[in-house]
Order: sequence, then structure tokens, then C-alpha cells
Amino acid sequence: MLAYVLHRLLQSVLVLLGVSVIVFGLLHLTGDPTRLLLPLEAREEDVRQLRALLGLDDPLWVQYLRFLSRAVRGDFGLSFKHQVPALTLIRQTLPATLELTAAGLALALVVAVPAGILAALRRNSLLDAVCSVGVLLGQAMPVYWLGLLLILVFAVWLGWFPAAGRDGLASLVLPATALGAFSMARIARMARSGMLEVLAQDYVRTARAAGLRTFVVTYKYALKNAAIPLVTIVGLEFGILLGGAVITETIFAWPGVGRLAVDAIFSRDYPLVQAIVAMLATLFVLINLAMDLIYTYLDPRIVFVRSKQ
Amino acid sequence: MSDAASPAALADLHPVAPPARRRVSFRAVFGLAVLLLMGGAALAAPQIAPWDPARQMLVKRLRPPVWQERGQREHPLGTDHLGRDILSRILYGGRISLGVGLSAVTLSGLIGVTLGLLAGFHGGRTDACIMRVVDVFLAIPYILLAMGVVFALGPSLLNVILVMAVTRWVQFARIVRADVLSIREREFVSGARARGNRSMRLLLRHVLPNALTPIIVVATLELAFMIIYESALSFLGLGVQPPTPTWGWMLADGRNYVATAWWLATFPGLAIMLTVLAVNLLGDWLRDTLDPRLKV
Repeated sequence: MLAYVLHRLLQSVLVLLGVSVIVFGLLHLTGDPTRLLLPLEAREEDVRQLRALLGLDDPLWVQYLRFLSRAVRGDFGLSFKHQVPALTLIRQTLPATLELTAAGLALALVVAVPAGILAALRRNSLLDAVCSVGVLLGQAMPVYWLGLLLILVFAVWLGWFPAAGRDGLASLVLPATALGAFSMARIARMARSGMLEVLAQDYVRTARAAGLRTFVVTYKYALKNAAIPLVTIVGLEFGILLGGAVITETIFAWPGVGRLAVDAIFSRDYPLVQAIVAMLATLFVLINLAMDLIYTYLDPRIVFVRSKQ
Repeated sequence: MSDAASPAALADLHPVAPPARRRVSFRAVFGLAVLLLMGGAALAAPQIAPWDPARQMLVKRLRPPVWQERGQREHPLGTDHLGRDILSRILYGGRISLGVGLSAVTLSGLIGVTLGLLAGFHGGRTDACIMRVVDVFLAIPYILLAMGVVFALGPSLLNVILVMAVTRWVQFARIVRADVLSIREREFVSGARARGNRSMRLLLRHVLPNALTPIIVVATLELAFMIIYESALSFLGLGVQPPTPTWGWMLADGRNYVATAWWLATFPGLAIMLTVLAVNLLGDWLRDTLDPRLKV
């Protein structure tokens, strides 16, 4: 068990190193970063001075190591546009994004898990049919379109919720719904197929044959085992939602990291873009590490299987 | 409640029924029909579109669809804020959405399948290296990476396709690797190896053909994803540039008119949804038919 945990920790560190290489490369993609920083009409001499100042004349690996050593301390440099440390800006906006993501995920889970399980229990019923139509639509609707439709119907026509901004619980409803819809569809689908799989297992049949009541078999035997794979899904979904937040926040003018990122990309604010990408990736890695460890706790067989791979 | 574990339901879960008994699925037919319709309309856009999609007619701006008051028969789905015909723009936009989607899936499939084959077949260090790279790409929010790269390199058609492929190949790599891990242990592979086949030939002639099922299924589902992905980039202003009409651009344009002219954003959104729905239905059907145990 301990060996497995250490192995996973080491893996996570490696992944974060890989992320740092890509984030570092992002700035150098355009060729000469100084061209991004200086106005077009800048003199050759200014360019040279800035290059020296930023250490861009050093070999690439020296620059990377310098970048990495600062990054692990949380120093991504000043945002070009706002002239404050990139990390400060992220710290200000991250709570809003986490709030939105958590609300979207919670909404998805609260609707999808019971729906998926009921659909499995009442297979081929009307409920099952309604669920599968919902799943199909949920997976086919792009988040930005769903967002616009929600604004059109619930903000413009009905006037129930605000169309934009972050101001209390009511303003959270539409963005969280738009963001959570896709995950809702996926989770409902997983919950349904997971439950069907468990219901077909021998121990469920045995329990039933032994005369246990359907209620006990369903909730005590089947449900618990069907819940296990959902734990890993939640970790992955959280990452997908963090990415989806970029678009949702743009539509609903939600003051989170996603909107900050889009803004930073369009204003060529590369330190800020780097910091945000690195931050979100780190968050994703940590959450999935935690989920994996919870998973192994719930289902110890997994350590054995994975260490064999 | 008991029907879930009835013998019939169990048989459903492990379908071993002979192909002759399989009914033609309504979902598959519907999916294929919609897809063919969308694809055909996109291909034939120059012939069937009533207007030039870029032609601006400012006197006729923001006309609603034909069934509403003020609607005009020559603009069945209405016009946008510059007086361009929405139907024509949707028809032309389909060329970009489907074309970019197909190219991006092909490219990401090529990258992902190659790396997945290598990782699964060679195992050991090769596998560990490739899988860590996969983890890196899973961890980075792909839409931000894509935006950053497209913005830095310039939003040309080629760049958009490249970026989409480079950020999504992991889906192929993971599923192919998992499949190859079990295929390479099978007897026909050791048999082929014992006959003195070289690795390359072994991979291409014996392993790859047996891993085709998941590749086909993932490719279909990824096509649906790529269509959404492309329009998301367009929506954010980083897709293929105007005046080329794309569904994502149309949505972005319509965003400012949600309150006053609902049809601007609704119809292109509907086009995206229908296409994605059709592709997904087809993908689901392929999976259920070819390999119901596939977890994708």
C-alpha cells in the first residue's frame, strides 16, 4: 500500500514537471518573447537590453531551470497587463471558479446519480427512456450554446435569474447548470451502466436467491459496489469542469480564473497565462491523486492490479 | 424492480446473440440519416445555399425567420446583424465544422494510435514514458493550451486543426494501449513472433487489426467532441477567421443579440447539437454492436 502511494506521488511530480515544460514552451512558441513585450516600433537596442534583462540570452535549459525554480515557489512573474504578481491575481479569482465548479459538479451528481441508478433499476421503463434522451441531449449541447439558451429563457424571457455577474446564490444557478449539464449526462450514463453491471454479478443473484429482500439487495449490496467507479469519475470530471469553466465564465461574465485566462490570452499577458495553466494543471493532478488514494481505500484490489501493470 | 436481474436482462448485458438476430437500430439509422443530410448539405452548399454567406444587406438586417412577423421568404431562417442570410451561413459553416472535425480526428488518431501501439506493445520504459506524457496532456486544460498556442501562432485553418489534434490524441493512445496490452499476450501474437516476424510487421499485421474496434468507436465519439471543440475556439474568437462562416462564430455574433434577435444564436447552435447528436448516436451504436464491454 505504502509503495503504491509513493509510486503515485512520484508519478504526480513527474507529470507536473512535464506540465512545466509545456508551460515554459508556451512563451517561447512565438520565437522571441521580447517582441511580445515591446511595442512594434521598439528600437533594436531596446530589444537587446530587454533580452539581457530577462536572461533570454542564456541557453534554453538555463532559462527553463530558472523558470522552474521560481515556479515551484509560486513566482510566475508580474502580469504584463496588471503589473501585479500573477499568483496574486489567481488567488483573487480562484475562489469564484472553485465555487462555480463545485456547484456544477454537485448539481451534476445530485441529479445524475439517482437518475442513473433508477434508470438501471427500472430498465426499459419510461423513466429510463427519459433519462437516455436527457443523456443524449446533455452530451450534444455545447456549453456556450446551453449558456446562451439559459440566459435567453431564464434571464431575458422569464427574468428569474440574473444573466451575468457573481452576486449571491441566484447568480450561481444558470452558470452552474450550463457547466454541469455535460458532466450530468456522463455521470448518469456511468451510474446506469455501472449499476446494471453490478446487478448482473453473481453475489447479487446469490443474495437474491438466499431470500434477501430486493430493497436490501439493491441498497446494501449493489449500490455500494456501483459507487466505487464513480469516485474516479468525479476526479476526472472536476478537471473537465475546470476547463469548461473557461467558456462558462466568459458567457456569464463570472469573475473567475477562466475569464482571467481568456483576457490574459487576448492581451498577450504570457506570465499570467503560464501561471493559470500551471495552477489549473496542478489542481487537477492533486485532485486525481486524492481520488486515486480514496479509490484504493474503497477497493483494495486495485493496488494489486495496478502494481502488476 | 426484479426485471433488472431477470435472465433476459442478463442476456442483454452479455450479448452473444448471432448477428442475424440483431435488429437495425433506430438510433443508428437516425444518426446516420442526420449525418448524411448535414454532410451532404455542407458539401453541396455552393449549389443549394440561397445567398452568398458573406453578402451583407444592411437594409435587411436582423430579419426574423420566415414564420414570424417581418420574416421574409427569401431568408427562411432570418438574417443576422449585418443582413447576411443565416441559412446560407449555416450551410457553409458546416463545411468548416465537419471538415476541421474530420481532419483533426484523423490527425489525432494517427498520433494517438501510433503512441498507444508503441506503449502497449513494448511496455516497460517506453510505456512509462508515453503514459506520463499522456498524463501531462490530461492535466493541462486543453482549451487554454489551444487558445494560447493558436493565439501565438495565428488562427489559420491549419493551426486550428494541428492544435486540436495535438491536445486530443491522448484519448486514442489510452484506449489503444489498454487493448494492445491484452492483445500482445494472445497466442496468435506469440505464434507470429515465433515464426520470426519482426516487431514492425507484428504490430501492423497482427496487433493493429485486432485493435481496430476501439479505434473506430473512439474516432466517432471524438468527431463529436472535435465539432464542439472547433466551435468553442471559434466562439472564443480563436477559430478559423472571418469572413469564412463557422457555427462557432455565428454563435459568438448572436451572443450580443440574445435579448433582441434570438434566431442568431439559436439556429447555429441547433446545427451543432444535431450534428453532434447524430455522431454520438452512431458512435454508441458502433460500440454496442462491435464491443459492448468497451469503456469509452
